[in-house]
Amino acid sequence: MTSRATTFTRRVATTAAPVALVLVVLLLALNSNGYVVTIVGFAAIYGIFCTGLNFFMGYTGQASFGQNAFAALGGYGTAILTATYYWDPVAAFFVSMIFAGIVAAIIGYPTLKLRGHYLAMATFALGLITYEISIEWIDLTQGYMGYSGIPPLGVFGFELATEKQQLVALALLLLLGVWISTRLRDSRFGRALRSIAGSEPAAQALGVNVARYKLAAFVIAAMYASAAGSLFAHFVGFISPEVFGAAMVIQSFTMLFLGGIGTTWGPVIGALIVSMLPEVLRGMHLKELQDVAYCIILVSILIFAPKGIFALIGEGVAAITRRRATETAPSAAAAQAAG
Amino acid sequence: MAMLSIRNVTKRFGGLVANDNISFDVEQGALFAVIGPNGAGKTTLFNMISGFFAPTSGSVHFDGADITGRPQYQVSEGGLVRTYQLVQLFKDLTVAQNVMAGFHRVTRGGVASALFRPGWMRAQEKHIADKTGELLDFVGLGGRGDMLADKLPYGQQRLLEVARALAAEPKLLLLDEPAAGLNVQETAALADVIERVNQRGVTVLLVEHDMGLVMRVAQRIAVIDFGRKIAEGAPAEIKTHPDVLAAYLGGTEAA
Repeated sequence: MTSRATTFTRRVATTAAPVALVLVVLLLALNSNGYVVTIVGFAAIYGIFCTGLNFFMGYTGQASFGQNAFAALGGYGTAILTATYYWDPVAAFFVSMIFAGIVAAIIGYPTLKLRGHYLAMATFALGLITYEISIEWIDLTQGYMGYSGIPPLGVFGFELATEKQQLVALALLLLLGVWISTRLRDSRFGRALRSIAGSEPAAQALGVNVARYKLAAFVIAAMYASAAGSLFAHFVGFISPEVFGAAMVIQSFTMLFLGGIGTTWGPVIGALIVSMLPEVLRGMHLKELQDVAYCIILVSILIFAPKGIFALIGEGVAAITRRRATETAPSAAAAQAAG
Repeated sequence: MAMLSIRNVTKRFGGLVANDNISFDVEQGALFAVIGPNGAGKTTLFNMISGFFAPTSGSVHFDGADITGRPQYQVSEGGLVRTYQLVQLFKDLTVAQNVMAGFHRVTRGGVASALFRPGWMRAQEKHIADKTGELLDFVGLGGRGDMLADKLPYGQQRLLEVARALAAEPKLLLLDEPAAGLNVQETAALADVIERVNQRGVTVLLVEHDMGLVMRVAQRIAVIDFGRKIAEGAPAEIKTHPDVLAAYLGGTEAA
């Protein structure tokens, strides 16, 4: 069925090539000016955020319009703990992440009983509430003014002082995040999530505790979002309510659908493209038409590659390996095609 | 002792009595069928057995335990696995991945073991992959593992659903109208698979409309009409039972 050569080709396409892409972009950024470093840094942070969102929306097939709430928890958690209480960034990172996970579990337990549009509305409300709190609870969040003076990311007392050092850390964390996502996807846990996306009644009939697995995916997504929020706070050194507003939801959805929802690397590829597209268009002197061109590209990709770019690449690779199989074993392949 | 024991089960939806005081036993290793005209209450009965909803009164005992009103995933965890009248495949997964997902009940492992892949986890994955190949061969879908489930013809989707249910190693397999929408050849292939499943030692409860299929495979049959059980017996008895003939052919209602 699956020859060793096919497995090898597939592994190159699904793991080696995307890792190489991330490393190439990283190297290019490290040899560029500060502006490019910032853009690629944002792409990496969004890549982490979308990889988490993909657990809930891709693998498990549920809708959440409120993931920005958990990014806000991570961002403000890190800001408050490091800037006001002088915590170590790593400790603040993990404490915020665990806090976001607990909040997600408490909110998700009743909310995830809802389905489809109702779940979408409930999660959207969650994002709005968090946004309001970050504006109104001035003692804690400093409101519209925003929270400044957040130190750069550091590891055990060693501060990553330059943006480029931080970018390397972001890229490594992104790769770690995708590695976790890939490992979990191809496991009993991942199969349970994907069976929920496929058919809830069937998943239930096979003994999958649907409510528990949905909650697990929601909590994981929230922890990724919190990590992304924390990293943003360190990378920029400043956060305000707008950073974690509704625009973040739209941006991340675009990335997720463009790159390929439910795939392992799709969210990262989507994050990279959506972050860079405006800059590329500006370089082509299409600045006035930037938004128009941006939308045309998006719409055409959604029409012609609805499963996203990563799935498109996967289909291309599958076609090549199939052709190769036809050349080596024409009769077997012909039999398969006829069947 | 009976594998499945239905005792005086009644289900009311408001004023409508969908199931009225139904009782029967499915012995271990049996191939039991429930038949009845459209709207007789077969699916309602099926949904109560599988835990989709609870009966208004009466009880369902499975494998020595009272499962009346338990949530469906718990009923399935106990070894009572059902299929659906409308095929419920995981369309975005391949044929093989569909079957692999079926092993959930009989495997273990969560997030930590998925991340760190200890030895037992790798052995388990290998076992699952091997068994998946076997099951696909068993239902006649060998060599199709890499196809998307969605791309299979309808009759084969049914067979895949059976293979996936078998992956869960059921003690009792509930098949809800498995022949619905199948042509004659596909139904024959399905009948063959059902018989071989039963020969493997799996108790089967079949709810079915297709008389040909039921008469061919079932060892014992219960007939339901207007929510009540009107007959139970071997296929030969059922074929000549006056109440059954009346229910199916119209005739005068037996008082």
